[in-house]
Amino acid sequence: MSINSRIADDQPESFAFSAESKKAIKTILAKYPKDRKASAVIPLLDLAQRQHDNWIPMKAIEAIAETLEMAEIRVLEVATFYTMFNLRPVGKYFIQLCGTTPCWLRGSDDVTRCIHDKIGIKSGETSADGKFSLLEVECLGACVNAPMVQINDDYYEDLDYETTAELIERLSRDDVPPAGSVQGRQGSQPLPGPTSLENVTSFPKTAKKTQSASGKAQKSKAQDGGV
Amino acid sequence: MAMITLTVDGVEVEVEEGSTVLQACETAGKEVPRFCYHDRLSIAGNCRMCLVEMERSPKPVASCAMPAGPGMVIKTDTEVVKKAREGVMEFMLINHPLDCPICDQGGECDLQDQAMGYGGDRSRYQEPKRAVENKSMGPLISTIMTRCIHCTRCVRFSTEVAGVNDMGAIGRGESMEITTYLEKALASELSGNVVDLCPVGALTSRPYAFNARSWELSHTESFDAMDAVGSAIRIDTRGNEVMRVLPRVNDDVNEEWISDKTRHAIDGLKRQRIDRPYLRQKNGRLAECSWEDAFKAIQTNMKKAKASQIGAIMGDQCDAESIYALKSLMDKLGVSNVDCRQDGSVLGTSGGRGGYIFNSGFNGLEDTDYVLLIGTNPRHEAAVVNARLRRRWLNDGLDVARIGAPVDLTYPVKELGDDPSILMELADGKGPVATKLKRAKKPMIIIGQGALTRKDSAAILGAVARLSKETGVVTADWNGFNVLHTAAARVAGLDLGAIPGKGGMDTGGMLAAANKGDLQVLYLLAADECDLSAISKKTFVIYQGHHGDAGARAADVVLPGAAWCEKDGIFVNSEGRVQYANRATFPPGDARSDWSIIRALSAVLDKTLDFDTHAQLRAKMIAEVPVFAEADVLTEAKLGAIGGKGKIASTALTTPIGEGTGVSFYMTCPISRSSVTMAECIDAFEQNGMKGAAE
Repeated sequence: MSINSRIADDQPESFAFSAESKKAIKTILAKYPKDRKASAVIPLLDLAQRQHDNWIPMKAIEAIAETLEMAEIRVLEVATFYTMFNLRPVGKYFIQLCGTTPCWLRGSDDVTRCIHDKIGIKSGETSADGKFSLLEVECLGACVNAPMVQINDDYYEDLDYETTAELIERLSRDDVPPAGSVQGRQGSQPLPGPTSLENVTSFPKTAKKTQSASGKAQKSKAQDGGV
Repeated sequence: MAMITLTVDGVEVEVEEGSTVLQACETAGKEVPRFCYHDRLSIAGNCRMCLVEMERSPKPVASCAMPAGPGMVIKTDTEVVKKAREGVMEFMLINHPLDCPICDQGGECDLQDQAMGYGGDRSRYQEPKRAVENKSMGPLISTIMTRCIHCTRCVRFSTEVAGVNDMGAIGRGESMEITTYLEKALASELSGNVVDLCPVGALTSRPYAFNARSWELSHTESFDAMDAVGSAIRIDTRGNEVMRVLPRVNDDVNEEWISDKTRHAIDGLKRQRIDRPYLRQKNGRLAECSWEDAFKAIQTNMKKAKASQIGAIMGDQCDAESIYALKSLMDKLGVSNVDCRQDGSVLGTSGGRGGYIFNSGFNGLEDTDYVLLIGTNPRHEAAVVNARLRRRWLNDGLDVARIGAPVDLTYPVKELGDDPSILMELADGKGPVATKLKRAKKPMIIIGQGALTRKDSAAILGAVARLSKETGVVTADWNGFNVLHTAAARVAGLDLGAIPGKGGMDTGGMLAAANKGDLQVLYLLAADECDLSAISKKTFVIYQGHHGDAGARAADVVLPGAAWCEKDGIFVNSEGRVQYANRATFPPGDARSDWSIIRALSAVLDKTLDFDTHAQLRAKMIAEVPVFAEADVLTEAKLGAIGGKGKIASTALTTPIGEGTGVSFYMTCPISRSSVTMAECIDAFEQNGMKGAAE
């Protein structure tokens, strides 16, 4: 695949960071020494992608290169290295499907099949209505709840054919389900519920923190006082 | 430098601290196969071919990236090492096509050679192979990217040495590809070197594509005459045809790089050649004639002329022998209108030898800590020298300042403007630049032809001399007064004293006289770069050279000479380094070595020069000018009082070639002007914004 087949055919004429992004760039750059500006290339690519409808045009690559005083090819190298950067437009819901061994063993093939059945797209394709894009990626680090997909910024875990179908159905109505395990388990605890530490009535302080950091952050916060 | 001792295959070796295990193995005389490692590039460690066994390491280590430590025990010839390398080779060959019979690299390919030692005789690989689209990288580099093994030498070269951040590797894993940003041509004057660096046939020379096989070529070791750097080259010929030019290693001069002009202008040797004598007819056209007729015409016109009405100008690519022969002939005729400086520079008239050479030598660039450029664009005048300056900036942050046009040199330069009159103030040691020069331990001034071909050049030289004295550029043990030449013949010409004698006219004077018709005879020895467009019909112009260029157009009689690679000749580079270039091919048709033409003509003119062979000529020349005796050494030259006083005008300093001068880097001599490849380069790089190079 040459560069021309990796990037979008229709490139916008120009790209400029929004005022908000510019503010964010300032914060990001402050994290690195002045002569190590290039370290900010990944956060800036992410920023550009969020600002530009979930994909990065070449003009943005050039703008980042200029901001960070890097060669354009160096930015492009990074942008093409990571699958999370899109160099062509993607659908409203960008599905990254994990096909690495743990997910595959737990049935990621069913998920792929379901997406193909329901939306009619394969990896690397976008649906005709521009709503969905699919990309098969390597491990996203949620093996405990395999198989899983990442849709835009959220993980949906413990999928099978049926739940994937439901997920797609809801998304096509723009009814975005809550992120996390579709089977409702919290974090990676056993499916039927806790099997140990069931009767603990109070947690040490650090443990509270651990719990509130897990999947359902909102809910745990509400329960904080009661536990 | 502290030394450390380690054992390689049971042999104890001592290496400098900071060396790698691979270097230690080489010290021990062990050959370690490698693809990505290269002496002059940063270490990547990504091909894994250089695996060796190291005691107390559970796995083989990549020797190129492993620092040598004291007491290490390295083994390079064990079964483990062989197996490991075979494994690496098998992976490399998985996606490498079996192109060898049709690949230009075949016969001189690292992968091919090492596959003989470590490759299997059959493939175990059953899966689909990957194929990669070829990339467009300009008129000099042809790409067959499926052959690429991702050593990234080309990427590192273009980033580190050439200073153009255009090449990179996009994608990852199996879909990794080497490319340039949006496939633009590699806009560097050194781009051809990536072809030499490529260990496989992924990047090959485009002009040379499918022209010859490496084993059918004869090799001649010689020196380059396209610029005044004197790069060591190897000229590869088949029959009487120059097929290609490759660099030779010469650490003192070009390291192992050459510029694209050096490498690719050679196709100009086949075009526009003068292969027989010509005489201008009454109808104004040149017609073929015999040597006798040509000489007769010269004899008739020479006889008519007084010595003061004869002039001789030597061109930029002449060998020392032909300059010497012509100078001797003119001396015998009593002619003092002789000049080897067709650009009209003021060099050679004062200051002795030290006044016109690159005194510190190019190796001085390794020691200097402050460089002031005056009227020079080293990137286009001496590309490989510029690469050394860039490396110093990259490694040590070398400070470079410039008086002259602000063109991109691939490293940051402090601009002092293009107005040379600031030298008057600077010469008195005033201003921050003077302070910097003073503070530097080994400061250097590089003065280019742009500053030396002006009306006020004597004053500029004078000011620079004062500045040098004032700020320690020239001290007892350091001479940082450096003249950068653009013409390969210039230093030899100045060494031979081919400048106007008493009452003689210089190039400008001769041309003015010729334009008015006051000069009876003008002898142009391969001089094509001066303005010959307005020469009066009364002046009889003799052009002796190898290409039908400006000189031949203006000529009344044309004598077919030899190009630089068609004769044994002595060249002296900017540093004053004497180089014996060797003949690679014969001149075409009736063309002859230039010295022998002049020798034959001298007999016709009854002023027979007293040498009959090339060896006699050399012996005589060396007796007169002893510097020619020893090749490839730098003799310290005295720098006498140089330049004059006077006002320096504030007209902007220009450079002789490169950006914004009207003279393209790719076309500076008759050979490169006749080269199709060079014309293609101009087309390609014009589109890519390397503006000046493409006038």
